[in-house]
Amino acid sequence: MLIRLKVNGQWREARPAPEASLLHVLREHLGLLGSKNGCEQGECGACSVWLDGDLVCSCLVLAAQAHEREVRTVEALASPEGLHPVQEAFLEAGAVQCGFCTPGLVVAAADLLARNPSPDEAEVREALSGNLCRCTGYVKILDAVRLAAERLRGRTA
Amino acid sequence: MTIGTLTRTRGGVGESVRRVDGVPKVKGAFQFGSDLWAEGMLWGHTLRSPHAHARIRSINVTGALAVPGVRAVLLAADVPGKKCFGLEFADQPVLAWERVRYIGEPVAVLAAVDLETAERAAARIVVDYEILPAVTDMAAALYPDAPRIHEYGNVLRHVRIVHGDPDAPADVWVEGYYETGMQDQAFLGPESGLAIPASDGGVELYVATQWLHVDREQVAPCLGLPADKVRLHLAGVGGAFGAREDVSMQIHACMLALRAGAPVKMVYSREESFFGHVHRHPSRIWMRHGATRDGRLVCVRARLLLDGGAYSSSGSAVIGNASTFAAGPYEVPNALIEGTRVFTNNPPCGAMRGFGAVQVCFAYEAQMDKLAAALGVDPVALRLRNALGTGSVLPTGQVIQGSAPVREVIERCAAIPMPQEEARRDRLSYPGGAGGVSRGEALRRGVGFAVGYKNIAYSDGFDDYAEARVHLFAGPGGPIAEVHSAAAEVGQGVHTVLAQIARTELGVEHVVLHPADTLVGSAGSTSASRQTMMSGGAVQLACQAIREELFERVRRRARRDGATGTPVEALGLEGGMVTSGGVPVGHIEAYLDEPIERTRAYHHRPTRAMDARGQGDPHVCFAFAAQRAVVEVDEELGLARVVQIATAQDVGRAINPQAVRGQIEGGIAMGLGFALMEEVQVREGRILNPSFTDYLIPTILDAPRVEAVLVEEPEPGSPYGVKGVGEPPTVVSTAAIVAALRNATGRVLNRVPVRPDDLIGLSPPAASAGEPPLPDVPGPKAVPHYWGLTHGQGTLMEPE
Repeated sequence: MLIRLKVNGQWREARPAPEASLLHVLREHLGLLGSKNGCEQGECGACSVWLDGDLVCSCLVLAAQAHEREVRTVEALASPEGLHPVQEAFLEAGAVQCGFCTPGLVVAAADLLARNPSPDEAEVREALSGNLCRCTGYVKILDAVRLAAERLRGRTA
Repeated sequence: MTIGTLTRTRGGVGESVRRVDGVPKVKGAFQFGSDLWAEGMLWGHTLRSPHAHARIRSINVTGALAVPGVRAVLLAADVPGKKCFGLEFADQPVLAWERVRYIGEPVAVLAAVDLETAERAAARIVVDYEILPAVTDMAAALYPDAPRIHEYGNVLRHVRIVHGDPDAPADVWVEGYYETGMQDQAFLGPESGLAIPASDGGVELYVATQWLHVDREQVAPCLGLPADKVRLHLAGVGGAFGAREDVSMQIHACMLALRAGAPVKMVYSREESFFGHVHRHPSRIWMRHGATRDGRLVCVRARLLLDGGAYSSSGSAVIGNASTFAAGPYEVPNALIEGTRVFTNNPPCGAMRGFGAVQVCFAYEAQMDKLAAALGVDPVALRLRNALGTGSVLPTGQVIQGSAPVREVIERCAAIPMPQEEARRDRLSYPGGAGGVSRGEALRRGVGFAVGYKNIAYSDGFDDYAEARVHLFAGPGGPIAEVHSAAAEVGQGVHTVLAQIARTELGVEHVVLHPADTLVGSAGSTSASRQTMMSGGAVQLACQAIREELFERVRRRARRDGATGTPVEALGLEGGMVTSGGVPVGHIEAYLDEPIERTRAYHHRPTRAMDARGQGDPHVCFAFAAQRAVVEVDEELGLARVVQIATAQDVGRAINPQAVRGQIEGGIAMGLGFALMEEVQVREGRILNPSFTDYLIPTILDAPRVEAVLVEEPEPGSPYGVKGVGEPPTVVSTAAIVAALRNATGRVLNRVPVRPDDLIGLSPPAASAGEPPLPDVPGPKAVPHYWGLTHGQGTLMEPE
């Protein structure tokens, strides 16, 4: 099966098995290893990417479903000038430990702040409730999203 | 003489510096074990037993070998060297032969061009099993009619601690029975590694693990190779929590790579991960506490039973820990503690964060609340009244020599302000709020308090030293220190800590970390909350040796230069400069024409194993924590939410305060999971919920606010006075949360995890069937003594 998809701005092709997930294609065919495979069931969110601008668990999307569509991954979050404010805030707040959940969380947090620049704590919790983290207890993740929101608002003000 | 302005070295000890691996981690560029790749790489896969206990009559691999793309199918007979491995006793088959002892035990391994092919081929292996009666109840394992799991019986270790007069009379007695379930470490990054055959006939293994050297001590003999032909390199570790102490795919991947003559990668799926590593031992605990009418503990009697499943793993150390901590962080003049770790046909259990101290803390803190109620005194006051301190004698006879600020953690925790009731609440903030099922009509708040403690580093006479090498050289922009340590960075931040220590000791800001591998000496395990103390100590020693050499060079040059030379009194290193009496007298790199390299090992103080009466000096030092939990229970739905955990923790000295708080918050979440939701459901030896859909861990909606106070009372003899910090929060939070749930509901709640049915009284408390027989009367003989972690290769022998 040949599929064609635009990944981080570039059209790419892959020939996965029909049952392959988008995550499998990103990792094993296209060499984009930033999205992680933690559960294969859409529970942990470590594989979060944007599909045509919507946040999805790429392990739950069939590769074929991404045919002729646009995918954006954690690899596209930082610009050549530097880290995305969410990434910067995760470092500053101490929201990173083992880091396996981090790519999914920074993608989900960036998605939230793009939609809602001033989320309250309940909104942050709801938006990130599909991303499991086993190391941090989430306290510093909440801090990081708060910090990133402040920075992003300051930038656009 | 002015050399330049002196600036303090940034990023040293005591600063909340950023993680050394942070940038690649937030970019998705950090290479975890599951991200490894090599040219011509094959994928490995494991065929596992579907039976809890069975005889293997025959295995036919013809069908698997016929699948195109399959490069190797290996059975027990193909294991080149020793057939068994194990952390303490080598009793676990690399691949089962003759018998399987648990569901999920590896029987065959395969390598193929891709994972799908390997999985398809595995389904074509025909194993003829004769099913045997299984022992899946931990108490049943102790009766003489139980089937034997191993030739030497069903008991790995029995610990008996006799202290004072266990029959001492008391005014008031309270009694309790407690159970804890099987918890999974549930690290997010499953077991993974890549084995690459080397040109010298050896193998390079890149693996996510907790102790490279003890892996090698188990891998090399099974491969029939000398240790120097098996070189291990730390791959990125996606969390550990004890689950990576035991060997999982290491030997299998190496065997397949050596046989196929190609690199072999193995990555477990989430489901396989539940079968691929050990879990927290489930427990049954009986306790009696006796006290005087004015609230002094007189006697504690405890009987502990831990289900270790099919193999030893680190179980003898876990029961040692559970037994030595069973009386809690209190002065107890008389005690009888009997702890048994049995074998069953359940999944193997071993190390998990808290390591035996978690189960007993849940029990002894429930007992302390019962005692407070029986005496009519405040639970916090009762704990203060009996708190351990420096100089206290533990039930093992060990006298606490180091710091023990137990009263301080209790008082400072209790002084943290209570959380305010929110005036306006989001629906998500109610228990069950995510399901939209509640608007808080039947909420009841409860408050619980708990104190606990944990040993730091390995115990029972084991010298788990750590080695580190530091190399100081002149770089293009100034001096650079390279730290080479085999300490496994598993997310907790040890690499950042080692860099901080090098900066402080050498006055050099530019520190690089050599990848962790077996080309330097052992750092010991990343477990027992020990790496900051142990590998931190080794880096400090190596840096101090470098300082001596550097200062010698300064003095030598000053002597050579005579009267015009540099002052050499009270030399120091700061901000890239050599200082004398605090004044800069030269650039460090001016003395680095030749680089300086030093390798040093740090040893903690020696300990002494317990004797037949459980008396000894088993532990190095202790870290204490107090926590107060505030919970809300919906009395109609049986759902609970933890609103806040207030805690004061004895950390010795915080090298990186932000990272310390991160450990406390994460450790609390893991204890919360154990209190409210996490249990590997095992029926007749079968795991019923091996997925993140069915094994629940806390999400961000479950995360409580955490108010943490760091109590810094330096541990004498430890580098900078540090203690470990990772485990005490997990030890205590389960107990504190369940105490709060009892306070809210008035129910017994003697088993964790607490289920909704328990909270609303739909199911009765866990009932004891009575204490099981002690192993020597009349059950199978206990293994009489503990050989210790002698390089992971002790042999389990028949009792003498």
